[in-house]
Amino acid sequence: MSDRFAAAARLLPDYLSQHVLLSLCALILGLLISLPLAVAASRSPKIRWPALFGASLVQTIPSLALLALFYPLLLAISALAKSWFGHGFAALGFLPSLLALTLYSMLPILRNTVAGITGVDAAVVEAADGMGMTRAQRLVRVELPLAAPVIMAGVRTAAVWTIGAATLATPVGQTSLGNYIFSGLQTENWVAVLFGCVASAVLALAVDQLLGLMESGLARRRPWRVWVGAIALALGAAAALSPLAAGSGRAAYRIGAKNFSEQYILAQLMARRLEAGGSSVAVRDDLGSATIYRALAAGEIDAYVDYSGTLWANVLHRTDNPGRGAVLAGLKTALARRDGVVLLGPLGFENAYALAMRPDRSAALGVTSLDSLAPKAPDLTLGSDLEFLSRPEWKAVQSAYGLKFRKLVSYQPTFMYRALADGEVDVISAFSSDGRIAAEHLVVLTDPRHALPPYDAVILISPRRAHDARLLAALTPLIGAIDVATMRAANLSVDRDRDKLSPAAAAAALARTLKTRPPARR
Amino acid sequence: MIAVRGLTRTFDGGVSIGPLDLTIEAGAFTAILGGSGSGKTTTLKMINGLVTPDAGQVAIDGRPAGAEAAHLLRRRIGYVFQEVGLFPHLSVAENIAVGPRLAGWEKPRIAERVRELLALIALPPDVGARLPAALSGGQRQRVGLARALAARPAIMLMDEPFGALDPLVRQALGEDYLALHRALGLTTVMVTHDVTEALLLADKVVVMSQGRIIAEGTPGEMLSDRADPAVRELMAAPRDQARRLEALAAEGRGR
Repeated sequence: MSDRFAAAARLLPDYLSQHVLLSLCALILGLLISLPLAVAASRSPKIRWPALFGASLVQTIPSLALLALFYPLLLAISALAKSWFGHGFAALGFLPSLLALTLYSMLPILRNTVAGITGVDAAVVEAADGMGMTRAQRLVRVELPLAAPVIMAGVRTAAVWTIGAATLATPVGQTSLGNYIFSGLQTENWVAVLFGCVASAVLALAVDQLLGLMESGLARRRPWRVWVGAIALALGAAAALSPLAAGSGRAAYRIGAKNFSEQYILAQLMARRLEAGGSSVAVRDDLGSATIYRALAAGEIDAYVDYSGTLWANVLHRTDNPGRGAVLAGLKTALARRDGVVLLGPLGFENAYALAMRPDRSAALGVTSLDSLAPKAPDLTLGSDLEFLSRPEWKAVQSAYGLKFRKLVSYQPTFMYRALADGEVDVISAFSSDGRIAAEHLVVLTDPRHALPPYDAVILISPRRAHDARLLAALTPLIGAIDVATMRAANLSVDRDRDKLSPAAAAAALARTLKTRPPARR
Repeated sequence: MIAVRGLTRTFDGGVSIGPLDLTIEAGAFTAILGGSGSGKTTTLKMINGLVTPDAGQVAIDGRPAGAEAAHLLRRRIGYVFQEVGLFPHLSVAENIAVGPRLAGWEKPRIAERVRELLALIALPPDVGARLPAALSGGQRQRVGLARALAARPAIMLMDEPFGALDPLVRQALGEDYLALHRALGLTTVMVTHDVTEALLLADKVVVMSQGRIIAEGTPGEMLSDRADPAVRELMAAPRDQARRLEALAAEGRGR
């Protein structure tokens, strides 16, 4: 417990500084856009209606979806920019998060500023005109000061929303306090989840209170309150951002990881090897499985581990299954030709989709293969992870065996295993390298018709690192070096409830076992 | 001199004002008299462009009012609002200083002017630091008057300037203003619905009804028997009141 707390606390300077930087930039950008827009909207009903409607519409989009939508959008714009100007830009991480949060922050600022300005006493506005003020003078000297408390209340709401929603920037590759929550959820590290929630709540509350002090200072015309609030905010931001200034510049290499334990461990393993060679490395955890390949192809990350079947179906859009070796060979040439991506080689284990059952249920129903499952399926419930049901593999299995379940339920992987243990579901979509299969003695149903493609774990290298000697030297020894038992043990060390290791510690342990093996021959 | 020629304005509700023709001599104290809805406030606001006329024009000292930007014109014209409209976030002194600041005066000169005006409207200097919310209704109207006078305008437009005051203060402030008007050589146009106030302060009275000027002349002419029947009707009430007060006074003396 205290170990996990200490581990979480060590990550705080990095996560907090990134979180504050993102929220602060989004809020400032939101203010810069919203204030002039609100002033124009308060003058003209023709602008007011579309501006407020647009901002309200943005609020109806779930914030996670809004963040996710900006990635493909920016990727397309970046590709356009590249074809026009010869320069693209990073579509992953800070930029999509910034834009989504900026949009998200606009409604309260817009709405309150319009209400504040249009709410100024008409007699006072007329007096300003009658005294001979220009429109700009009237705005600056009369309307804005009188609307300031209402505007400030809007900024306060926007700040709290932005800080909260910034935790959702993690899946688009931007480090934030959400890293605690997302990776904690995957590895059942509830200390980390709680740590992330408390940290972002404390940050939001502190900012809210200081802005509230400024708001009351403006409302009651107590300038010292405004100054105390502003100075405390500036000092707080400077303190939170200081680790960014200390960590000089960008890391030389960026390793990506999807959002599950095996990926965290392998990313840490690759990072350790690069660091051992003297390079600086940043790991980007929790990337969505659809975005991570595009991020690699675009050069936003340098390397990550993917699975042959996933690439075969989702990237090459193939539905056939020519066999393990043919898939690997086909991928290697197709990815290189199409995207310039280098398939360095397989790590030596498979992490295949497999349907699994509890041993007692399997024995009671007499189900050991997908063939024997099919007739029983109409009485059974299938639990799956969030993406399995929309993947081609599921359609392939479904049509090959004519599977029809009574009910389908999607879970975070962590909760999927719980649901199986509790009997809420009868069959789950498991991963063959998952440590929990061995730990819980699950029965993996065989696939006699070979409907599921092979899932060799492979290292992919981005086109711009294709000839990077240092990267290749660090990662090539991993090829063929990890068998499925080793990987399962490492996964279990992170996923289990007791004596839990962090992914970094598990990677260190894995690295030690690899060193005792003879060098890979391939 | 203010020359109003063929000024008209029709509002969305169908209420229409004008066409108005009116000449206000430099140095004159003109009262525009009329009931509510007679168009007197709109007329005043068309003079300094707070309300834009549909047709017609206003010339000030021979120059058409549209020849310069509206805000520059307004800086040369003092305006006292019926609702006063003091800036609630500014202190009394800052409210008075608005005009001089817009005109770009130096700080010491502004401070001096504020002190002068606080004395003129008979408010103690420490009131200068207060916010308008801390003043009585009468004090606010005095500050509104001081604010209009601050940048030394030659023309003063006043919309019911003494409306919220009790009768005693109202008369005293009216007399004080009249003295100021004479001493500074101001051209004053005052809108009022109070017949006695108009007759006692102004040297020319303009009577409006339903958006039109129905009579204009000196207070004496207004009270004469030759006046238009509508005007005579308007003057009847205060005359009647004066007669009855005189009778009551005579009765008191007789006892």
